[in-house]
Amino acid sequence: MQTDPLLQMRHIVKIFPGVLALNGVDFTLRKGEIHALMGENGAGKSTLIKVLTGVYSSDGGEIKVDGQVISIKSPQDAQNHGISTVYQEITLCPNLTVAENMFIGREDSVWIKRKDYEKKADEILSNLGIPARSTQELGNCSLAVQQMVAIARAVDMKCKVLILDEPTSSLDDKEVNMLFDLMRDLKSKGVGIIFVTHFLEQVYEVSDRITVLRNGELVGEYTVEELPQVELVSKMIGKELGELSSMGEHEEAEENKKEVFYEAEGLSSSDALPFDFKIRKGEVNGFTGLLGSGRSESVRAIFGADKVTGGNVKINGKKVSITKPIEAMRNGIGYLAEDRKRDGIIADLSVRENIILALQVMNGILRPISRSEAESYADEYIKMLNIKTASRETPVGSLSGGNQQKVILARWLLTHPEYLILDEPTRGIDVGTKLEIQKLVLKLAEDGVSVTFISSEIEEMLRTCSRLVVMRDRHIVGELKGKDLNQTKVMQTIAGGESENEDKQ
Amino acid sequence: MKTKKFKEPLTNTQLLMTITICIFIGMYLLAMGILGGGFLHAQQIFDMLNDNASLIIVSLGLTIVMIGGGIDISVGAVTSLTVMSCVLYLNRGGSVVGSILLAIAIGLAFGIVQGLLISYLEIQPFIVTLAGMFFARGFTTILSVDPQKVDHAGFEVLRKAKLEIPWLGYYAGNGNLVPARIELGVFVALLCFVLVFILLKFLKLGRAFYAIGGNQTSALMLGINVKFTRFISYLICGVLSGISGFVFTMHTGAGNATNAAGMEMNAIASSIIGGTLLTGGVGNPIGTFFGALTLTTIKKIVVSSGLNDPWWQSITTGGMLCFFILLQSVVLSKRSKKKK
Repeated sequence: MQTDPLLQMRHIVKIFPGVLALNGVDFTLRKGEIHALMGENGAGKSTLIKVLTGVYSSDGGEIKVDGQVISIKSPQDAQNHGISTVYQEITLCPNLTVAENMFIGREDSVWIKRKDYEKKADEILSNLGIPARSTQELGNCSLAVQQMVAIARAVDMKCKVLILDEPTSSLDDKEVNMLFDLMRDLKSKGVGIIFVTHFLEQVYEVSDRITVLRNGELVGEYTVEELPQVELVSKMIGKELGELSSMGEHEEAEENKKEVFYEAEGLSSSDALPFDFKIRKGEVNGFTGLLGSGRSESVRAIFGADKVTGGNVKINGKKVSITKPIEAMRNGIGYLAEDRKRDGIIADLSVRENIILALQVMNGILRPISRSEAESYADEYIKMLNIKTASRETPVGSLSGGNQQKVILARWLLTHPEYLILDEPTRGIDVGTKLEIQKLVLKLAEDGVSVTFISSEIEEMLRTCSRLVVMRDRHIVGELKGKDLNQTKVMQTIAGGESENEDKQ
Repeated sequence: MKTKKFKEPLTNTQLLMTITICIFIGMYLLAMGILGGGFLHAQQIFDMLNDNASLIIVSLGLTIVMIGGGIDISVGAVTSLTVMSCVLYLNRGGSVVGSILLAIAIGLAFGIVQGLLISYLEIQPFIVTLAGMFFARGFTTILSVDPQKVDHAGFEVLRKAKLEIPWLGYYAGNGNLVPARIELGVFVALLCFVLVFILLKFLKLGRAFYAIGGNQTSALMLGINVKFTRFISYLICGVLSGISGFVFTMHTGAGNATNAAGMEMNAIASSIIGGTLLTGGVGNPIGTFFGALTLTTIKKIVVSSGLNDPWWQSITTGGMLCFFILLQSVVLSKRSKKKK
C-alpha cells in the first residue's frame, strides 16, 4: 500500500439551518487504498461526501488533491479534479442508453459520436465483466447493473478518487463480490476509494482504513487491523456494547394468559395467500422469511393495504371487516410501511404535520386538530422519541433516515394503536436508533400494545419478539417461541430443514 | 450473449412514435377509403402542411421543452404577437429581412426572459409562461385591436411564393390542371424540423435535454449544467415561436389580435399525440410532426363528415387526446410490468 496522501480534507465545516452538520472534520485518502467512511445516520458521512463532490458548498476548511488546494463548486468541478461518485440511489438517466449514460456530460465535441461511444462502452463493460449492452436503455437493466454502469463511467473517467456511497445495498452476494473484485482492481491501479456502507463485514472484507464520524465530528482514523468490529460499532454509536445484548428476555408462560387481540382466519389479499394468524395483547411477534416469502404481503393484508379477498377477522373476539387502511386504523391497528420514502414520510411537510397525519385522518377532515394541539403533540413525541430535528417545523425530508423513521413511529403512536405493525422499521438506520426502536417496541408491549415486528435481521427479531412466524414461498411454515427462538432454529425453519414446528394454529 | 447484431427493443420514445405514425397512416387510409373526395388528392396533405406549418414549428419547440421536463404555454401568444408586430412593421415601410429579424428577436426575448426565470430563479414553468402568455396577448391587443392586412410589395412576393408540382396535381371540374401547391412556410417548417431532429439526435445538447427530463438530479451528477440546458430549451422554444409567427404571417397575410388563439394547446396536444410525455425525458420530433398531422387529419375528417360546427372539432380533439394518453399509459405500464 502506498502512502502518498491523494486527498486531504482539513477542518471541513458545514452548517445547515439550525444544525452543525460537520464540525471541523478531517479526512485523508491515500493512493491505492480503500478507505471506509463510517458513522451512524446523521453522523455527517453523506454531508462530507456531498461537500467533496460539490453538491454542497462547505462553510469552512480546505480540500487538497495531490497537495494542491482546490475549490469544488459543482459536480463538474469535482469530476474535473478526478473525483467521481457512485451514489446509493442510481444517478444515471433511465431514459438514455447505457453508452450515453457513460459518456454524457463529458463529451469533448458538440456532436455525439454514437458509434464511438458504443464501441468504447462495450469494451469497458466487457473488461469489467458487466452484463449490459451499450445500446440498451438503462431503465431496462437491473439495479445492480445500473450501479455497475455508474462505476464503469467513473472508472473510465480516469478518476483518482472514487466515492462509493452505499454501493452494495441493492446487490446480491455474487454481485457484491464482483464489485469488490472491481474495487481491488482499481486499488491496484492507484485509485483511492472512499467506501460508505452500513454493512460492517463488507468494511472488513475490502477496506484498508476506517474513518469514523459521529454527530458531525471526527472520532478517529484507524487501520482495519487496529479496530475490531465490536470497537468500531461502539465508536460509531458512542456507547459500550453491553447494552446491545442485554435486552429482551421473555417470560413465555405469561404470554398465553393474555387475551387475544387480533385473530384472522384464512385471510388473503390480492398479494397474499390465505393464512391464519392471531396476536395477544402485549405480545411482540415477528414475521420472518426471505425476501419474497410473503411476510410483508401478509401484514399488509392485516392492515387492508392491499385488496383483501377473503377471510374472517376478529378483534377482541368480535367479527370485523377490514378491507381498507382506514378501517384498520379505526380498529386500533397501525402500520408502519416497509418503504419509508415511498409509503411513509411526506418529505416536504414539517415534522409536526407528518406526526399528526394519521390522527387527523382518523378524526376526519371535519374535526381539524388545532395548531396548538398539534404543536404540543409534536413536541411531546419529539422529546419522547428523541427525534433530532432543528425544530418541529423542519421539513421531514431534511432529517436523517433514522429520525424520519422516528417521525413515522410518532405518527402511529399518536393514534394510540392497540396493535402496531412495524415492517422493517430499522432498515437503513443506524445502530443507536435501532436500539432505541427495539426498546420502544418492548415498552409498548409492556403497556399492553400488540406489536408485529418485521426485520430482515434475524438477531434483531430474536431480541424483541416472543414469537416468530416463519414464512417460505408465501406460506407460513412454522411458528417458533420460547427456547426455539434462536438463530439456528430460525434458519432451519426458513430453509425448510427440520419441520417439526409446522404445527398450524 | 452480446453479439453486435443484437436488436434492441424499441425505446419508449420510439414505441410511442411508431404507434402515432401507424395510427396516422391508418386513419388517413380510412379517410381515403370512406370519405374519398379531397383525401384522394395529394393536395390534401399539402394543404394540411400549408395551414399548419406554424403549428408544426411551435410544436417542435414545445417538444424540446417537454422533453426537458418543462412546459411552455406562451407559444401561441408569442406567435400572435409576432404576427401583429411583423404586419405593423411591414406596413410602416419595414423590410422583409427586418421583419424576419424582428420575429426572431421577439421570440428570443420571450425565450430568454422566461428561460431565466424558470431555470435560474426556479419558478414554476407553468406560472412563468402563463404570465408570458397574458403579457404577449395583451401586448398584441395594444398594438392593434383591429385586424391589419399586410400591404408590402416585397412581402407579397414572399407570400405568393409557392412550389407547384404539376404531376401531383389533379384536374378540376372544368378540366384544368390544378397543380399541387406548397407554400414557403412549409419549407421553413421542414428546415426547423430537420434542425430540431439533428439537435435532439446528434448533438450533445440534445441528449442533455433528455437527461434533465429523465432525472434532473442524475443529470446534475453526470456533470450536465442543468440550469443552462433548461434555459436553452426555453430559448429555442421562444425562437421557434417567433419563426412560427413569421410563417403564420406569410400564410395569412394579416394580423389579428385573436391570431393563433389556442395554438399552445394544439401544440401541446400534437406533442403528446406524438409520444412526448408531460413528465419529461421521452419524446421525438418525428412523433411530434406526425402528431400535428394526426390532429389536423382528425379535424379534416370531422369537417368532411359534414360536422361543420366548430365544437365538433374540439370534441374530437379532446376525445383523441384522451385516447392517446390512455394508450400511452397502458402501453408503458404493460411494458414496465413485463420487465419485472
